[in-house]
Amino acid sequence: MTVDPRIQRYSAAFTPQVIHEIQRAADQGLYEIRGFGAKRHLPTFDDLVFLGASVSRYPLEGYREKCATDVVLGTRFAKKPIHLKIPITIAGMSFGALGANAKEAIGRAATAAGTSTTTGDGGMTEEERQSSKTLVYQVLPSRYGMNPDDLRRADAIEVVVGQGAKPGGGGMLLGQKITERVAKMRTLPVGIDQRSACRHPDWTGPDDLTIKIQEIREITDWEKPIYVKVGATRTRYDVALAVKAGADVVVVDGMQGGTAATQDVFIEHVGIPTLPAVRLAVESLQELDMHRKVQLIVSGGIRSGADVAKALALGADAVAIGSATMVALGCNKPVYIEDYHALGVEPGSCHHCHTGRCPVGVTTQDPELQKRLKPEQGARWLRNYLTVMTLEMQTVARACGKSHVHNLEPEDLVALTVEAAAMAKVPLAGTDWIPGT
Amino acid sequence: MCGIVGLFLKNPVLRPSLGRHLSHMLVEMTERGPDSAGIAVYHKPVTGKACKLTLFHADPHFHWREVGGSLGEALRAEVDIETKANHVVMTVTAPDASVRGWLKAHHPEIRIMGYGQVMEVYKDMGLPKQVADRYGVGKMEGTHAIGHTRMATESAVTTEHSHPFTAASDMCLVHNGSLSNHNNLRKWLRKRGHEFETDNDSEVAARYFAQRLSEGASLAEALEAGLQDLDGFYTFTMGTRNGFAVLRDAFACKPAVLAETDDWVAMASEYRSIANLPGADKAVIWAPAPAVVYTWDVKAAA
Amino acid sequence: MITVDLDHSSVRDLNERLHRLPPETNEKAWRIVNPKGAHALCAGLSLPIEVVIDGHPGYYCAGMNKEASIVVNGHCGVGLAENMMSGEVRVKGNASDAAGATGRGGFLVIEGDAGLRCGISMKGIDIVVGGSVGHMSAFMAQGGSLVVCGDAGSSLGDSIYEARLYVQGKVESLGADCVEKKMTPHHLAKLQRLLARAGIEADPRRFKRYGSARRLYNFHIDHADAY
Repeated sequence: MTVDPRIQRYSAAFTPQVIHEIQRAADQGLYEIRGFGAKRHLPTFDDLVFLGASVSRYPLEGYREKCATDVVLGTRFAKKPIHLKIPITIAGMSFGALGANAKEAIGRAATAAGTSTTTGDGGMTEEERQSSKTLVYQVLPSRYGMNPDDLRRADAIEVVVGQGAKPGGGGMLLGQKITERVAKMRTLPVGIDQRSACRHPDWTGPDDLTIKIQEIREITDWEKPIYVKVGATRTRYDVALAVKAGADVVVVDGMQGGTAATQDVFIEHVGIPTLPAVRLAVESLQELDMHRKVQLIVSGGIRSGADVAKALALGADAVAIGSATMVALGCNKPVYIEDYHALGVEPGSCHHCHTGRCPVGVTTQDPELQKRLKPEQGARWLRNYLTVMTLEMQTVARACGKSHVHNLEPEDLVALTVEAAAMAKVPLAGTDWIPGT
Repeated sequence: MCGIVGLFLKNPVLRPSLGRHLSHMLVEMTERGPDSAGIAVYHKPVTGKACKLTLFHADPHFHWREVGGSLGEALRAEVDIETKANHVVMTVTAPDASVRGWLKAHHPEIRIMGYGQVMEVYKDMGLPKQVADRYGVGKMEGTHAIGHTRMATESAVTTEHSHPFTAASDMCLVHNGSLSNHNNLRKWLRKRGHEFETDNDSEVAARYFAQRLSEGASLAEALEAGLQDLDGFYTFTMGTRNGFAVLRDAFACKPAVLAETDDWVAMASEYRSIANLPGADKAVIWAPAPAVVYTWDVKAAA
Repeated sequence: MITVDLDHSSVRDLNERLHRLPPETNEKAWRIVNPKGAHALCAGLSLPIEVVIDGHPGYYCAGMNKEASIVVNGHCGVGLAENMMSGEVRVKGNASDAAGATGRGGFLVIEGDAGLRCGISMKGIDIVVGGSVGHMSAFMAQGGSLVVCGDAGSSLGDSIYEARLYVQGKVESLGADCVEKKMTPHHLAKLQRLLARAGIEADPRRFKRYGSARRLYNFHIDHADAY
C-alpha cells in the first residue's frame, strides 16, 4: 500500500532529525558527541556584500598595483612580535584530534604561505615544531604536555579561556583516539575517554589571569606575544578584560568554530555567531583605544577570501581557520565513499571526527587511515587554498580601492538581511538603516 | 576583576594610622583593579539620635550648603557638612531613614554612598592611589576599614558601579568574583522593596544581605543564607558597625588571605597587601576555608 | 652565595639573570630577600642551582621549575611550583591554593598546610605535605603521588586518574571515583621513601591509600550521577 506523499505533514519542531535524536538518547543514555562546528543556519558573512568601485571610488589594477596583506601580531609588550605575510592563520587543533600527517601538512603549508599554526589540547609535537616556522603554543585548562621548553621554543603563546564550539567546556577525546603516543603526551591511560577540566587549574577570572600572563612572560623573558582566546559569548566584556589582563592579541572564536569532539548541545546552543562577535570585539577595543594596538584574530566559519576580507573590514587584524583547513586537506571529500557509509554518512555531512575513523586520514590516529593523507600532498592542497583566499581577498580589496587589506572598513560593506545589519552594525543595502541605532 | 582589602585594628594605639595602612594595602591591589576604587572607613561615631551620611555629586560646585539648609528646615534638625572633593560627609540630628527619604524625594541626583552612625564611604573612578589621595584616606584614623580596587567585568566603569556597596546602616560590602544568578535575585529583591542604582552583581549581593538582616538574621546567619542563595564565585568582605566579616563561596576559586597579630586582623586578595603591615612577618597567615563565615568584632577585641 | 634584595631589584631582572646562567655556571647558590608577595619569583628555572627565599612570595613561585632546588622560608601564594618538571621545592610555611598544580615531575614539600586544590591535575610530581590540604585536592590527578600527614578537605581526588594519594589524618570526603585502596608493601616502601626524602618523621603504616576506582574511564550511563 502506498501513502499519498501530498498529505505528509512533517513537524517543523519535531523534524525527522529531532525524532531520531530523542530516540537515540532514549537508547543510549548519553548526550550526542560529535565533531565540526555549528551546522544550523546562522547569520554569517554571506549576508554582507562589498561596495566596490564606483564613480566616486577607484579600483586598483590587479597584479600591477600592490595590495599588501602582511600583518604584525603582538606589538604591545613582546620583544619579538610575529610578522605574517598573510592575515590568515591556522587555528589551534590538537595532536590527538588530528593525526601526525595532518599536523605536518599544516605546518609545511603555513610555512610556505608565511603564516602561523597553533598547537592544541595535546601539546607540541616535534613534527609541528619542525614543519611550522611560526608556531603558537596553547595553554589550556588541561595543561596536557605543558612544559617550559616548549613555551620557550614557541613563537607565541595562546592562553585558551574557551573556544567557539564549546565556550565553558573542556577538551574531549574519546578512547579510540587515545593511542599510545597520545596517551603518553597527555599522561593518560591508553584507550580511556578523556575527561577534561573546563577551568584553568591555577587561576579563575581576569584579575588572576593578569598574574598568570605575567608568569608566562617571566618564564619566557618577555619575548613572545601572549594571545588570549575566548569563545564568543559576552564578547564586549571578554575582550576588554583580556586587554586589561595584559594580552598582546585577543582571539575571538564564534559558534561556527569547530571541534574534534564535544556535546552537540554545546555546539548548537551555546555561544554567538562570528558575525556579531567581530563587531563587539572591535567596539570593545575601540572603547579602550586599543584597536590595532592589541590585535584581534577572529575565527569560526571562515571559508573564503571573501570571509577574510569581511572580517578585516569589520576591524579584525587577522583570521584563523580550523574547519576550512581540514576541508582543504580532504575533510568531506567524496572519496573512500564506503568508509563514509560505514560511519552512516555521505561525504558532505560527515562530522564524525570523534570516532577516529576519518575516511580521509585527517582526524584519526589509525596508521592505515593516516596513509590516505600524505603530508606533501596535504601541504600542497592547503598552500593552494591559502593562496586562493589571499588572491580573493586582494581582489575584493583592490575593487574597493585599497592598497592594503587592512584599509578595508565597515563602510565598505552593506547587509542583505536585517539580522546581519543589526549584528554587524552595517546598513541594510539600499538604505541608511542599521537596526538598533 | 578586583582586589579587596580589609583591616581591623584591635590595638587602639594603631588606630590613628588606619588610613595610612589601608591606603597602602589598596595601592598594592592596583593591578587587580585599575578602573576604580573605594574605601569604607569606620570612625568618628555620631551619638544619640544623629546620623551620618556620605553623599556624592559629580559637580565640584554642587550647592551642598543649600541642600543642607533645606534639609535641616524640613526635618527640624541640625546639619553639618564636611566636603571632600566630590563627596561630603553630612551629619544630621535626625534618623537616617528620614534623611534618605527626604533626599530621595527632593534631590534624587545626589548619590548616597553610605549611611549610619560610624561608616563613611568614598568611591570613584581612577587608580587606587588617586582615589585614596582625593579623599585624604591616608590621614584618616578609625577602628576598621575595607577597600576595593575594580577591574570592571560585566557592567560599566562609573562611580556608582564602584564598590563598596551600602545596603544598610553602617553596613557595606566589597566583592571579588562574579555572581551568576544576580539578575533573578535583583527581581526578587525589587519585589521586597529594594531599589537598585546599578546593574552590578555586587550591589545585588549587598542588598541581599541587607534583606536578610532586616528579616532578623544575625550577620553570620545572613552570610550563611547567602551561601545557599547566591550562585557563582565570590569572596566577600563586609564592613559592619562593629567589625568585619569574610565569606568565600564553596568553589573558592577567587583568592583570599587572612592574617592576624595581637594588634590587627587583615584580609586581602593577595598577600602583598598585607606584607608591609607592622609585624606582618610574625603574623599568623591562613586562607579562609570555602563556605565558612569569618567575623571579627571591635567590642570583642577591646 | 649571591644575595638579591627585591626591595632594590625587580623580579624580572632576577628571573632573567637566573635564566641566563650558563649550564657550567659556578653561581650556584642564591639567596632572595624581601619577596613581599611578589609573583612568578624564580619561575622557569632550568639549572641545578640552589635558591633560598626569605619571606613570603606571591603567586606561581618556582613555576615550571626544572632541576633547581628552591627553599622558601615563608608562606607561598597561589600556584606554588605549578607545572614543575624536576628538581625540588621546599616550603617551610604554608602554601596557598593550587600548590603543585599540573606538576609533571620533581619533588614538592610543604612543611605547613596547603590550601585548596593541592596537586590539581598533577601529572607525575611527588608532593609531601606536613600539615593538611584543603578542599578538592588532587582533583583530576593523573600521575605522581600526594602524601598528606595531616587531614584532607572535602572531595579529595575528585575525578582522579592514576595518581596515588596517601593520607594519615581524616579525609573529610572523597570525590567522584576516588576510593580507599589497599596498602601493599610496595606502597609502604614508596611512602617511606617519600617521607624520608621530605625529612618528615611519620609511620607509613598509619596512612591510608586512595586512588581511582576507574569507573569513569569510559562513559557508562549508570555512572551519570558521578558527573
